[in-house]
Parts: sequence; C-alpha cells; structure tokens
Amino acid sequence: MHHRFDVLVVGAGGAGLMAALYAAKGGASVACITKLYPTRSHTGAAQGGIGAALGNVQEDHWEWHMFDTIKGGDYLTDQDAAEVFAKDIIDAVYELEHMGLPFSRTPEGKIAQRKFGGHTRDFGKAAVERSCYAQDRTGHMILQTLYQQNVKEGTNFYNEFHVTDLIIEEGRCRGLVAHHYATGEIHTFHAKAVVLAAGGYGRIFKITSNALTLTGDLMSIYYRKGLPLEDMEFYQFHPTGLAKLGILVTEGIRGEGGILRNADGERFMERYAPTIKDLAPRDIVSRSIITEIREGRGVGADKDAVHIDLTHLPREVIEGKLAEITDLARTYLGQDPVKDLVAIQPTAHYAMGGIPTDINGLCLTDGAGGSVEGLYAAGEQACVSLHGANRLGTNSLGDLIVFGRRAGTAAAQYARQVEYADMPADPERESVATLEALRSASGKENAAVIRRELQESMMNNVGIFRNGPDMARQVEIIRDLQDRYRHVSVSDPSRRYNSELIEAMELGFMLDCAEAMTASALNRTESRGAHDREDYHERDDANWLKHTMAYKNLNKPGDVLIGYKDVALRGYTHAFEPKARVY
Amino acid sequence: MAEQHIPLDTHTTPPMRVNVKILRFNPETDKKPHWETYPVEAQASDRVLDVLNYVKWYVEPTLTFRRSCGHGICGSDAMMIAGRNRLACKVLLRDVVKDGGTLTVEPIRGLKVEKDLLVDMDPFFDSYRAIMPYFINESPPPAGERLQSPELAERMAHSSNCILCACCTTSCPIFWVNGAYLGPAAIVQAHRFIFDSRDEATHQRLNIMNQNTGVWRCRTAYNCTEACPRDIPITTIIEEVKRAVMYQQA
Repeated sequence: MHHRFDVLVVGAGGAGLMAALYAAKGGASVACITKLYPTRSHTGAAQGGIGAALGNVQEDHWEWHMFDTIKGGDYLTDQDAAEVFAKDIIDAVYELEHMGLPFSRTPEGKIAQRKFGGHTRDFGKAAVERSCYAQDRTGHMILQTLYQQNVKEGTNFYNEFHVTDLIIEEGRCRGLVAHHYATGEIHTFHAKAVVLAAGGYGRIFKITSNALTLTGDLMSIYYRKGLPLEDMEFYQFHPTGLAKLGILVTEGIRGEGGILRNADGERFMERYAPTIKDLAPRDIVSRSIITEIREGRGVGADKDAVHIDLTHLPREVIEGKLAEITDLARTYLGQDPVKDLVAIQPTAHYAMGGIPTDINGLCLTDGAGGSVEGLYAAGEQACVSLHGANRLGTNSLGDLIVFGRRAGTAAAQYARQVEYADMPADPERESVATLEALRSASGKENAAVIRRELQESMMNNVGIFRNGPDMARQVEIIRDLQDRYRHVSVSDPSRRYNSELIEAMELGFMLDCAEAMTASALNRTESRGAHDREDYHERDDANWLKHTMAYKNLNKPGDVLIGYKDVALRGYTHAFEPKARVY
Repeated sequence: MAEQHIPLDTHTTPPMRVNVKILRFNPETDKKPHWETYPVEAQASDRVLDVLNYVKWYVEPTLTFRRSCGHGICGSDAMMIAGRNRLACKVLLRDVVKDGGTLTVEPIRGLKVEKDLLVDMDPFFDSYRAIMPYFINESPPPAGERLQSPELAERMAHSSNCILCACCTTSCPIFWVNGAYLGPAAIVQAHRFIFDSRDEATHQRLNIMNQNTGVWRCRTAYNCTEACPRDIPITTIIEEVKRAVMYQQA
C-alpha cells in the first residue's frame, strides 16, 4: 500500500508528538508512524520533571541552566544547543501548561518546582528548584497531553507499523517503508520531509529502565546506510533502578530529600560530592554506588545494591509527590518507602549519542556540515548535542519538547518550499528481502538466546566502568553474535501479528547499536562524563574535546570507521570554558 | 526457568512450579479459541509478564501478546489473569498462584481477539476520542502559566492518572453487552477535563456524558475500580460525573 504526506514523523513519544503538532501548525499534512499504540511510548515512564528556569520557588536564570547543562555534559555539550535549549524551554513549559498539562502547583497556583541532580544556582553554588513536575508522573502527563493535542489537531496515526527502511537517494530523504504488524503487509510512505523520533536502545543492556521495545531501530537503519552515529560511547546509567529489575526510581526522590546509604548506613555521597552530595549528576552518583559495592559496602543477598532512605520524610510527601515510585517499590519489592530502606542499583537508562543533527534537527552525514535534505531527528534518537557526555536529570523531557518542536517546524518549512522528490521504482525491495530472509531462515539459532548473550556481555564489558581489554573482547563477541544472527530461526509462519518476526528484526537493530557503541568506546582513550575508562582515568581535553562519529564499514562486516566532529565551545551570547568538573 | 531467571527480590526465594494455562487463538488456523498449558519453574517474585516472555522466548515462539514498558506505566499488557483484569507486568506470581497450581491467562473481554492475548484496541480508542479528549480554552493565555490552586489541581489527580490500558472498560458487564457504551475509561478521561478549572468545554462534555452511551449506563458494579492497575477510584469518579451532569456544573 502506498501513502503520501508532506511530513512523516516516526515515533509517538514526546519528541514525535511535538514534531507532529508543529508540522501540522506549519500547514503540512502529517502522519505519525509508531510501532506501538500512542500513549504507550516510553516518555510516559519519565517521572521527576522537566527543568526550566521559571524561578517559581527560588531565583533562577536560563544562563545558570545553560551552564549546568554544559558542566553536566563534561563540556562535550554543544554550547549553541545548550543556549537555545535553556532559553526555549521556559516558554515551552508554559506552552505545555497552556495545552492543559496538569502540573503540581505552588501555594500561589504557579507550576511547582523541585531540586534535581546537577541543577544549581549561581553557577554551581547550591542546588536550585528547577524541575517543573506533575507529582512523579511528569512524563506520563506530557505524553497524554501531547497525544490529546494531536487528536485535536487531527494528526493521522499509523499504529503498530514498524519502520523497516528509509528511502534516501541523491542526498535527499523521500520517504520510508514500514511493516504493518496487523497484516504483515509492507507499506511505502512518500514524503517531502521525515522526522525521526523513535527513542533509544537501552535494551542492549541486561539491567535497564527501558521498555522492551527500545531497540534502536531507526538509529540502526540510518547507520546501515553508511551514515554516522554520534557519541555512541556516552550512555547514561541512572543511579537508582529498583534492585535486580532496573525499573526507574526517579531522581525526584533525592530532590525531595532522599539519602543514599551503604551497608554501614553511611551517607556515602558526602565523600564523592561534598557540596551537593546526593544531588550530584547521574554519572558521578552511579560510579559512587558501584565503588561502594566493589569495596564491599553493598546491601542485599548479593551485596550488589545500596539503599535509598526516605524514612525521615513525611508520609504525605512520600505518598503524594512520590506516589508513583512508592507504588513501584511496594508492588515489586514489597518494600514501603515510608518505613523501609529501598534497595537500588544503577540501571542502563539513556543514550546521549544518536543520529547527529544541527540545531533544527536536520540530520548530518559527517563532521563537516554535510546533511540529508528533508530528514530530521529529535529526542533520544538524536544527538544535537545537548547532553554531551552526560545528561542532567529533567533535560530529556526538555529536549523532547524544545527540539521536537524545532524539528517539526523545520520539516514543515522545508515541505512548504519543495515538491515531492521521486521515489525509486521499488522502494520496498530491501525491506521485503530482509523480512523474507528472516521468515525463511531455517537456522538453529534462537533470537532470545542471542539477545540475552548480547545484554549480559554489554553489561559486563561496556557498562559503567570500562577498559580496553574487556571492550576489545566485546567487539569479538558482537561479531560472533552477528554471525549467529544470520542463522536465526523464525518458526511462526503467520503474516498477521507475527511478534516473533518483529523481535528477530529488532535484535538485528540492537546488534548494530551495540557495535557502534563498543567501537566508539574502545576508541576514546579518556574518561569523560558517563564514559569512564579504568585504563585512561583522566579527562583529556587536548586530544578528546571532540565528538565521535561512528560509521559502519559497508565493505567489511563488523568493522566500524571512526571520524570526529568539533564541539561548539561557544553559544550565541555566552561561552563557558572547560574546567575541572567538581560538585 | 532456572536458565534465564532474574530474581526480583534482594532475598532469593525458592522456585515454584506453575502450570500457565493460556487461552490461545489464531484466526488464520483455528476455528475457535483453545486452552494450552505450559509448565514452568519460576520465582514467586516474578512478574506474570516474565513468565509469558519465558514461554514465548524458549517454549512457544508463536505466543502473541502486547507488552512494552514492563512496569505498569504504558498500559500495553492488559489481560485477564486468574479471572481478573490486570497488567501482566504489574502482578507477581505469588499474588495469583500457589506452588504447583495453575495460572489462567486470557485476553480482556468485549474487544475482538486478533491473536492469542492480543485484541483490537480501535473501538476502545474510538470511545476515548468521542469525549473530546483535549484541553479546550480558547481565551488568549497569559505570558506565564494559568494559575490553579493545589486544591483545584487535586480534583483531577486521580483521573489524570489513567494510562488507557482498558482493564476497566473490558471488565464492565454493561460494556460486554453493549459496546456502544463509552465505558469507564472514557468517562475517567472526560472527568479529567470536566474537573479541570482551566477548561472551558465543561457543558459540551457533560452533554456527551448525558447521552444514552454515557454515564447513565453505569450500574455501579465496581468491576472497573477493582480492575484498575493505577488504583483510580473509577466508580467514585463516574458518580462525580453523574452529579455534574445532574447539576450541570463540576
């Protein structure tokens, strides 16, 4: 089946829905393609808030937010992106409120704000209330509100369509190909502009806060064309996942006064970040927790977790402002934060890297300013690069809103200026070939077993602490898994709702993301932000103050070519010199 | 399931043996649904979703169901588990089955079964769309936020918590016999806007609720309240909407 729209948006999370809304406001005909149903996207799992310098509780300024974002990113953040972001997010939060988002309120009726890791007043002096929140289900409310606005706007939704290919010819994106889950049919979508906003790929790790569906599909499709993925070595482990499960425990729990404690009951963050303690950025807190565990001060049967302590907080704060996480701890661990210490451990959470874009979401093809006409990306899928080497809490929701909006606006503007470019004669050829190869594969390999081995090995070899020999071994492990993947079997012959086929296809995408991440991480011989090398323990600005661009070597399977891109060290009006990162 | 087991507690619990009995149906090959039973070894602290994934990944790859977030926020995996609607990722084995016992898993009722535990969600979302599920206030907004007191914000705290999983609507006996009834989930969504002090379309929405597909169909069976994985007091919310319709104000 064939469809035609001015602008196509892939993904119906915060970035995709915002892009769809703004493309429609820009006068374009818009379709949003999602592999789930809308409102199922993982934006809904975000809990703690969206950072913006509204100053509703305490004095705040966008310049402070810009600085915190850059310092939080260990100076790999592009400062022009950080400046645009810190300014734009203020209006964007008000816009969400005008769309009806039910924020929690201050006594005066303004949007409520609370503290969050790495967000400070006066360039690092003390923690500041910057996170605008709706209890601890801010992401849920953003997702619902933006979907509601798209229903109002009449956006076309193609639910449960898996994108299998992007059509890029002569430097211009012409549309995409997708598999319809309900029928097994291949659909082609012709478009003037496409916005990619399909989220991250946390499922390559064993312990993750990410949904089962976050498998890096569109990153992989981009990468398979020989186009680059930026800064893939920078992957954030959130310090507080429920022990063993990895389910996210919001940083808002520390923003509201929660304290991390080791087996001795010690508030150990005082030793690692004397000024802001438990509210240090995530990379630092995660490393501190793992260090406590390695030195024998972990809790639980395997001594591989630490405690978060809320017992000193009033019951109404825990059950009110932190209702979601209270429910999760009670449901899954049988632990009640009102009176129990809750066992947590770091969990794979967020990709700072992704498809490189400019400030308007336009997808880049190299480190020298080349781009794909008509192709945009936003959200976790993209690397603009706002988050640099480590993202601050709340800046993911802000990223979705600010850069989803910019990408949607730019896509509509581009669509207004151009005619449809021709589709090739048989755009679906490669997608059909890939899917049929999987369907007819008669091999003995089980996709679930390969996936499990990938997840465990990535956790062990490319996790929070990394070193050269482990990662070199992981390169070989991934090559071996890729070989075995060619012999994977799909036993379900049905066309309709063939979830076995989909999971096998997603595993192929995951292997690509893991390949790009491991090669990028092995190549970067320094420690910066979330990328911590035991064998290169210092940050090395002289050699490594630059973005990695990883390209799949199309001539040599399993090989990755590395290029670089300059960091924007100045914003439009402000610039912050790289300094030692101390909290 | 020793091979792939991920224990949920920091305390290891002894494994239990469970027969997972699943109502299966593939319209391409089957005339009618049939039960199939899969014996599994699992931890008491495993989620039902972990067990379904185990069966799919290592025993019966054709088993089909929706799932995504795995912790009760996306609303994909609503099923009838041990006779009650729940999210498979938000119920632990120990709460629904004993060691050596049988656990039944069926699709939610009242929506067409497409394959195994996967149903057609379109009618459910059609009912959602029917209540004008979007904020309406056409007056020009202020430069900052519209003010709302914490007390007024609290009025929609429960109804805005809905994740559209359909556990409530598909547990409602009225919905089973009359699919035109908008159902509890759509009424909860309407409540979220009717009781929002900033929204200006109260009367339009109350009129929708007053139609013969609206709130008056509810016979307060309380199934919806018991089914809600978010602990939303749905029956109470429906009663609040009924009162608002009677008095034409929220």
